[in-house]
Amino acid sequence: MEIYLDNSATTGTFPKVREMMVRTMAEDFGNPSSMHRKGVDAERYVRHAKEQIAKSLKAEEKEIFFTSGGTESNNLAILGTAAANQRAGKHLITTSIEHPSVSETMRYLKEQGFSVTYLPVDSLGRVSAGDLENAMTPETILVSVMAVNNEIGTREPIEELGPLIKAKNPNCLFHVDAVQGFGKYVFRPKAAKIDLLSVSAHKIHGPKGVGFLYVRDGVKIRPIVFGGEQQKGLRSGTENVPGIAGLGTAVEEIYRDHEARIDRLYACKERLVQGLLQLPDVTVNGPSGRDGAPHVVSASFGGVRSEVLLHALEEKGIYVSAGSACASNHPGLSSTLVAIGLPKRLLESTLRFSMSIFTTEEEIDQTLLALRELLLFLRRFTRK
Amino acid sequence: MVFQAFLIKYAEIGIKGRNRYVFEDMLVSQIARALRAVEGRFSVSKTQGRIYVKAESDYDYDETVDALGHVFGIAGICPLLQVEDSGFEELCRQVVAYMDEMYPDKHMTFKVMARRARKNYPMDSNEINRQIGEAVLEAFPDIRVDVHQPDVYLNIEVREMINIYSEILPGPGGMPVGTNGKGMLLLSGGIDSPVAGYMVSKRGVRIDAVYFHAPPYTSDRAKQKVVDLAQIISRYTGPIHLHVVNFTEIQLYIYETCPHEELTILMRRYMMRIAERLAKENGCQALITGESIGQVASQTMQSLAATNDVCTMPVFRPVIAFDKQDIVDIAKKIKTFETSIQPFEDCCTIFVAKHPVTKPNLNIIRHSETKLTQIDEMVERALQTVEVIRVGE
Repeated sequence: MEIYLDNSATTGTFPKVREMMVRTMAEDFGNPSSMHRKGVDAERYVRHAKEQIAKSLKAEEKEIFFTSGGTESNNLAILGTAAANQRAGKHLITTSIEHPSVSETMRYLKEQGFSVTYLPVDSLGRVSAGDLENAMTPETILVSVMAVNNEIGTREPIEELGPLIKAKNPNCLFHVDAVQGFGKYVFRPKAAKIDLLSVSAHKIHGPKGVGFLYVRDGVKIRPIVFGGEQQKGLRSGTENVPGIAGLGTAVEEIYRDHEARIDRLYACKERLVQGLLQLPDVTVNGPSGRDGAPHVVSASFGGVRSEVLLHALEEKGIYVSAGSACASNHPGLSSTLVAIGLPKRLLESTLRFSMSIFTTEEEIDQTLLALRELLLFLRRFTRK
Repeated sequence: MVFQAFLIKYAEIGIKGRNRYVFEDMLVSQIARALRAVEGRFSVSKTQGRIYVKAESDYDYDETVDALGHVFGIAGICPLLQVEDSGFEELCRQVVAYMDEMYPDKHMTFKVMARRARKNYPMDSNEINRQIGEAVLEAFPDIRVDVHQPDVYLNIEVREMINIYSEILPGPGGMPVGTNGKGMLLLSGGIDSPVAGYMVSKRGVRIDAVYFHAPPYTSDRAKQKVVDLAQIISRYTGPIHLHVVNFTEIQLYIYETCPHEELTILMRRYMMRIAERLAKENGCQALITGESIGQVASQTMQSLAATNDVCTMPVFRPVIAFDKQDIVDIAKKIKTFETSIQPFEDCCTIFVAKHPVTKPNLNIIRHSETKLTQIDEMVERALQTVEVIRVGE
């Protein structure tokens, strides 16, 4: 038995994605920049992927730029904006719960002489429009806010923030890290006044090592990778055709039957949350029900070290993560959990369960059963 | 310069009397093993009390010297320039060219050391010394002869071919692995135990290792780290069989049955017992640990005595009197340090008392163990479920 509940770390691929990738590696392996037919055939896959992605965003194909994934998309959006617009101002705004690919990039720019405002979040991880409005100055060139927090599943009020930013300063760009949100919610960058939007393929059952950045038509940012001027010079380098073809397929697949799938996900989430709350000394972090994302549940287990519980679940074939997978390579504690004011005794006792559209209610029940048994056992052994 | 061969110098083997051939043969086979991983083909031969490594194809010089530098028993590695015997004048010319290339700065002293192994060579070694010396002096006005303390010993060995060499790269010393029995190393993920294994192995001892795994309190990554450490030291020790023992059941049973401050000592006593059983089953004659007096509560003199109490085999603790920094220095030299300090969540802290006993009383410890009525079957279970991981083969 294997129950994979770490889908915010990565997901398994759709079978159609794998087929597409094999085809673009085995047969249509050309370089899209080549002049001959083999190149034209390969380019067709890239164009098709752009169509699929643009359609999902109600955007234009020319607004889609392929990258190596979420981290590069976030870096390109932030560094590219800073380099292009620093004459207009050197002030950046973000939140205190961003993924390291945003927060570390901001930290780097701070070292380079930019000033950065970190918006606080409430106990559910949400930023407030009022705080953003107060933080904005005429010097502000970029606001970067994640769509969905990767650790506790908070849905940030993106649709509210976009118009507000533009009303304060029409030249300030709005970047949304949608790595955790894409595929769970429908994004309409034009309507939401989003200028830049980052997406990663491997969180939506696509391959690792590929993603895209949506760049609204008319927005000028500078590249961070230089070379053969592919993708209008914004992202040089031979296109990762198998990855891009896999990404396009994954985008199309993830939005198939979308509403029904999301309803099922919320049903699983509710089942998990209710089950967790029935266990002794267990609390659930972040927003509940439809106020939060459908796939992430963060829970704290009093008196149990998260790593121990994680490995104990692993022995039963259940895979979850401690806090956030990206942060758990570091000895430091999760910044999101600190930011929402989680009590210190629970910081090292928190697990993240993240589901996918393939998660079943039976899997949730088995996980709860395993947790009940393990908590009873593990709590017998505490440091004396 | 292309060196076609290496002369291998060894130190201690030279005094091993009638067993000498055993040590030499083992050294030859260890050298051959170490060179298997190197790009190129080599032959290793033993002639007239000397060991030669000859390259039989193009080879990677740095990789070769590095591999030889991991073979215990080698005191020095001399890269040889091998030339055909085309007359003495030609030899002089070749030696002068050699000196020119090896020593760009000629402000130095040297001494020629000829050795005529092929007795039909027309000149004796004294003559060779004198005439080669003159040729070198003539070619380089800055160079001087010093027969007592020269900067460079220029060796000329007349055999079928003529070997010219002057550099001795240091080897690791010690004795060839396989000449002094076999020991069971208690390998943790820390800094000390890999160093202990390396040190004992240097005396010619083959190594097996045992690691105590405690899932879910230790992760598969922590186990992988121990495998990685075994891999690194196996470059010196040769192949290692790593025995992974699942220790969780025993650990939890002791936790629930005995006073908390005795936990570490009791656990270590059972680790030693299991290690000794595995040692006997695998033909080892001793246990090896990385313990050092006073480093932690379980390594005070009294704690060491309490742990040692359960062993009938000798327990070798090569770093027993080393300061931490001295151990770290060796760990850096043998390249285990960076792996040892990788941080993996160590969730065993719940098994470490806040105030452990530092002077355990043996009678009390033994009495505590009488309460562990089910432990024998747990030990048997642990021994039956050992996973053996072979590294360095």
